[in-house]
Amino acid sequence: MIPELGQFSLILALLLVMLQVGFSFIGATHNNQLWMSVGTSATRGQFIFTGMAFVCLAYAFYANDFSVLYVASNSNSALPLEYRLAAVWGGHEGSILLWTTTLSLWTIAVTLFSRHLPAVFRARLIGTMGLISIGFLMFCLFTSNPFDRLIPAALDGRDLNPLLQDPGMVFHPPVLYMGYVGFSVAFGFAIAALLGGELTQQWARWTRTWTTAAWIFLTVGIAFGSEWAYYELGWGGWWFWDAVENASFMPWLVGTALIHSLAVTEKRGAFKLWTVLLAIVAFSLSLLGTFLVRSGVLTSVHAFATDPERGLFILIFLGLVIGGALILFALRAPQVGLGGRFGMVSRESFLLSNNVIMIAATGAVMLGTLYPLFLDALGMGKISVGPPYFDAVFVPVMTPAIFLMGLAIFSKWKNDDLPTLAKRLKWAFAVSAATALLLPLVLGKWTPLISLGVLMALWIFTTAFVSLRQRLQQRQQGWLPALFGLPRAYLGMIVAHLGVAVFITGVTMVKGYEVEQDLRMSPGESAQIGGYVFRFEGVSDAVGPNYIAAKGLFKVTRNDKLVAMLVPEKRTYMVQNMPMTEAAIQTGFFRDLYVSLGEPIGDDAWAVRIYIKPFVQWIWGGCLLMAAGGLLAILDPRYRRRKKDEQIAP
Amino acid sequence: MKLSILKVLSALLLILPLLACTEARPLADDPAVEVRLRHLSHELRCLVCQNQTLADSNAPLAQDLRQEVRELIVKGLNDQEITDYLVVRYGDFVRYRPAVNAQTLLLWIGPALLLAIGFGSLWWTLRRRNSLLADIDNNDQEEKEEEA
Repeated sequence: MIPELGQFSLILALLLVMLQVGFSFIGATHNNQLWMSVGTSATRGQFIFTGMAFVCLAYAFYANDFSVLYVASNSNSALPLEYRLAAVWGGHEGSILLWTTTLSLWTIAVTLFSRHLPAVFRARLIGTMGLISIGFLMFCLFTSNPFDRLIPAALDGRDLNPLLQDPGMVFHPPVLYMGYVGFSVAFGFAIAALLGGELTQQWARWTRTWTTAAWIFLTVGIAFGSEWAYYELGWGGWWFWDAVENASFMPWLVGTALIHSLAVTEKRGAFKLWTVLLAIVAFSLSLLGTFLVRSGVLTSVHAFATDPERGLFILIFLGLVIGGALILFALRAPQVGLGGRFGMVSRESFLLSNNVIMIAATGAVMLGTLYPLFLDALGMGKISVGPPYFDAVFVPVMTPAIFLMGLAIFSKWKNDDLPTLAKRLKWAFAVSAATALLLPLVLGKWTPLISLGVLMALWIFTTAFVSLRQRLQQRQQGWLPALFGLPRAYLGMIVAHLGVAVFITGVTMVKGYEVEQDLRMSPGESAQIGGYVFRFEGVSDAVGPNYIAAKGLFKVTRNDKLVAMLVPEKRTYMVQNMPMTEAAIQTGFFRDLYVSLGEPIGDDAWAVRIYIKPFVQWIWGGCLLMAAGGLLAILDPRYRRRKKDEQIAP
Repeated sequence: MKLSILKVLSALLLILPLLACTEARPLADDPAVEVRLRHLSHELRCLVCQNQTLADSNAPLAQDLRQEVRELIVKGLNDQEITDYLVVRYGDFVRYRPAVNAQTLLLWIGPALLLAIGFGSLWWTLRRRNSLLADIDNNDQEEKEEEA
């Protein structure tokens, strides 16, 4: 009964969203307040019914209703409750429902927080978002229905993939989707502005908050996923350049570019078209990512051919959304003004250089992700493009962006000149360069890459420091009140950029100074690694809710003082009979101790892998700082203070 | 005095082997081979996994392949020879760093090309934009002069 209710809710949601689209657009065309407000009300209904469908599916998981095919394929009665609920998005159908639900969440947020927007603009925005909802609801209902019944019902479910049975599964997908789908708001703003032919600086200000909000979610979501891979997969990597990761990374790169170009458009009214185009591209890449991950082309182009229905649907939808947006863009492009003037060396041109680099980086990631697919589809053989390629290509492309970052913090709007900039920054550069050359020597290992990494991180640290000091000196107050008196948007920018520096520090240190040992250990044996003594105490058996495990016990000491007791596990999940490695990690500010239990190799001995990973937590700490910077920027009162003037504007 | 030192030394000699016993051994017979294997297997693909390097995979087939590479290293082949050998046996699919050839040329020069095109068009756009803006200014001035 409940699944049918969910199915029915989805159908109602589809009908309501059609009303939302129809009333909003027609109302906007005729400037009819009543019609437009009906459109907004339909949005609320759509939200309620989509949410209800989601709750119905969650209930089917909660109640172990194995007469629902999707539940039977992705859950099991022995699965703990939190993972049963997370299993809602453990497979294809549920992921699409999560996508749709997230979209309706953003839509309702737009209706709640955009009362200050001109009514016609707002109606077009809501209408555009509704068009996307229609696509996804239809996709859900016609090709990926999570409520399909399985008759006769299964006795028990096939269980959630053990890899996904982790707290990470509870948080990572919803947060990531909030980011992915959040770019639909920026897309809606772009389309609404193009339809109305009104690309103003005000438009850029409105779009900025929403874009940054989505970007924060995406940043945190990607960081979550990376940390999860780090502790779950058992070999201590944190980014694999896997196609699914790339699918989320591309919108992030373009979203980052969009945030920077929105700054130029808001402050100087320039490059409006470019900004609009980026907003369209950011969301298109979110859709492309969904297509790549969901159609099955990634595993093999032939998977697409054997089950073409879903892939074809997304491909057509993708074509309509991107194609339609670009045609509209081409039609409106000639009517947009140029905006303020600025020199070749200016903050504007630095920010636009950032855009060029971000787009080139996105292109590189896309090339590496899609190239093997194209070769395969053209019958030109199978190749693999993996981490060695991406590392070789991505670092050189992004390096200039880091140096520009330091320059851009300092440069002035409109016009600046290089000699003055160089003069202001010579100390920052000298200190960074000298430290970058010497520090690795002190740490005992010097390679060009380590040195470059240290240089980039320090360059951001020092330029941010000099900029902050300059700003604080301009205010004749004590430094603490002055710090709180600085505009939050500026502070947010500094914090986010420091996040990049922290991130680079983490990557450089862990790549450069990580210690890894593969050992054969019997109970009572110990190994001395990087000043720590790891003593293997033995293995005991344990039983979990739906797995059995061998639990190793490691006593870690340093100078005879106990540092940690680490308990790595080797689990076997019973339903799918799948072995899983649960690494044991002691995290720290300066280093992580990481122990992972391999296979038993006779005579009580086990294969054991031990890592010492310096500064590895800084990688995710840096991402969180970037997100915190974004949050600070959103909270800048500038974005709320002007609501009053905006209400007057048509 | 001398005697006690001797005692301590002999006691130490008795204990030392015991201490050495509790020191864990590296998994591999030859750590140098293992270092090279680790380096190499990061560039190779586990042929039966979804998308994993040989270094990261625990699949039985990956362990076999690692053993194969280990034997090749012991035989004295260099990294290039080992990669070539594996490509002949398993195809280009096995290497995560695609070879540079006619087929993959675009893949390898693409990023640099994108960056060059990007900065080229930015420079061109900014120049065109500035001259357009200058024209507008000039026209405005001429109009003002005509009015005057």
